[in-house]
Amino acid sequence: MSLRNLRNPGLWITVLAVALLGLWPIVTQRASTREEIFTVMLSVVLASSLNILLGYTGYVSFGHIVFFGLGGYVGLYLIIVQGWSLWPSMIAGGLAAGLLALLLGQAILRLRGSYFALATIGINEAMRAFINNFEPFGGPTGLSLNFQTYNQYGGAANALWLIYYIVLILAVFNIFLSYIVKTSKFGLGLMAIREDEDAAEVMGVITPRSKTWAYVLSAILPGVVGVLFFFKNGNIEPPQAFRLHLSIELLVMVMLGGYGTVFGPLLGAVGYQRLRGLLLTSDLFKNIQLAVAGLLLLLIILFIPAGAVGWLRQRFPVVRRFIP
Amino acid sequence: MILQVSGVSKWFGGLKALTDVTFSLQEGQILGLIGPNGAGKTTLFNVINGVYKPSEGAVNFRGVDITGMKTYEIARMGLARAHQIVRPLNELTVRDNVMVGACFGRENHALGGARVIADEVMEFVGLEKRADQLASNLNIGQKKRLEMARALAARPYLLLLDEVLAGLNPAEITRMIDIVHKIRERGTTIVMIEHVMQAVMSVSDQVLVLDFGKPIAFGPPGEVANDARVVEAYLGDPELAKQLLAPSSDESEQDA
Ligand SMILES: Nc1ncnc2c1ncn2[C@@H]1O[C@H](COP(=O)(O)OP(=O)(O)O)[C@@H](O)[C@H]1O
Ligand SMILES: [Mg+2]
Repeated sequence: MSLRNLRNPGLWITVLAVALLGLWPIVTQRASTREEIFTVMLSVVLASSLNILLGYTGYVSFGHIVFFGLGGYVGLYLIIVQGWSLWPSMIAGGLAAGLLALLLGQAILRLRGSYFALATIGINEAMRAFINNFEPFGGPTGLSLNFQTYNQYGGAANALWLIYYIVLILAVFNIFLSYIVKTSKFGLGLMAIREDEDAAEVMGVITPRSKTWAYVLSAILPGVVGVLFFFKNGNIEPPQAFRLHLSIELLVMVMLGGYGTVFGPLLGAVGYQRLRGLLLTSDLFKNIQLAVAGLLLLLIILFIPAGAVGWLRQRFPVVRRFIP
Repeated sequence: MILQVSGVSKWFGGLKALTDVTFSLQEGQILGLIGPNGAGKTTLFNVINGVYKPSEGAVNFRGVDITGMKTYEIARMGLARAHQIVRPLNELTVRDNVMVGACFGRENHALGGARVIADEVMEFVGLEKRADQLASNLNIGQKKRLEMARALAARPYLLLLDEVLAGLNPAEITRMIDIVHKIRERGTTIVMIEHVMQAVMSVSDQVLVLDFGKPIAFGPPGEVANDARVVEAYLGDPELAKQLLAPSSDESEQDA
């Protein structure tokens, strides 16, 4: 990572795109726009994080939402039961998610291909079952925030804006992180693993270590935004925290935008959330949105496996300079 | 001794791919490893660089017992390899492929240093014009040179070359042999598996012949070429005899 890398126009185009999108609700000051963009920014953070594992390292995590849910639980537990403030709880949520990835990584990153993907689903389900029976986290009823808590942050209305700003900052930060990883020596090792793990080992890439750190990096920010999401939501329950279909939607976003690119997850998150917004207004689609997501994933894999950005980069190599 | 292989055997289920292989190699030498298809040559490489653990025996590299060590640990100690079946990192550029070798090999370079080495090595093997292309776009001859470049970028003490001439046309073969000579001049020790007999005989200091996993001859090329058992191992198979008499090999890479 050298400063020269930071002069890449593509990085700044991407950051500018996130910033402009994020500033829109601030300019209009409309709560409904804010909610819509909040969902998009949340998706950007989740998809971009997943991309470090899926896109750079080539490991498909179907159960990535486990980090979001666990982070949310740890954060809300600290806020509600231990009386911590939001900031340290956010950090604790991120660290808890990272720690889980560190422990899991040693065990399941030895599995390749679909075995790894299946293991990640198992972990999400196991975590849901565990928390369902874990009394400190409220078991099946979960944890609920006292409405008074928001007063520390200037009341509920202000708290919502505050959370929005934090998520926006995290989304921009995540784009930088994603870019820095991609252009670093660490990232080169990850991409070598993605292309041919055995060949990477023969060239000296310490694959267990690299994969584990990629997994940890891809887990921390989902843990942090988990805290924010459930803090905003006011309560957390096992089925909400570990929704497998959210995991699948994240995969769709990364694949739609273009895995392994910095810009792709952003484009995928925006595109997918727009599409979902349109579909949700129709009663028919409301019930089958997951089926639509699955179908979309299938179509992408069949026809544009590289995703939108990947496709552009293949068709027009000059684009590579501007879209990282 | 830079490499000592002692009593190595390797079983695959009921198949004994290597039987009691013992040899040692001095620094700066080129060892030619020959033998019919399926003789266990590639398996021997896999045992040396830690892809497989030997069923029996030990491998010692620069005074360290590396038996059972991880492939990447061995690579970082200065052992690099070019695969018989090329393994390009397809979606990365040629330069990035070569940089992986420099970054994670013996010298453990940062990206900046690795870039300098990559440029130098790409020029050395004649891939400099392809530097920014994706590795998947190279033709087979170029992919073979990419294997070589990645291995060289690691600045290894010992280089394992597995049939780097197979599948190349005569012009490419001449070019590759020239590259091997140059590597040797730099003092890098090489073990070279090859079917093109002339090439092996002309560059090797020592030759080891494997037949059905057993070492049947070991010594300077002149001696080995006249060894009765070697002649029998090869000439027992008219197909192979024909192949070996030809100056170039047109066989593809069916013997993985
Ligand atoms: N991973 C493996 N599993 C089972 N058998 C193998 C494996 N690798 C090689 N073999 C067998 O070992 C023998 C030697 O193969 P190999 O070392 O590739 O020969 P060579 O490189 O001399 O042509 C062959 O019979 C091959 O089928
Ligand atoms: Mg072979």
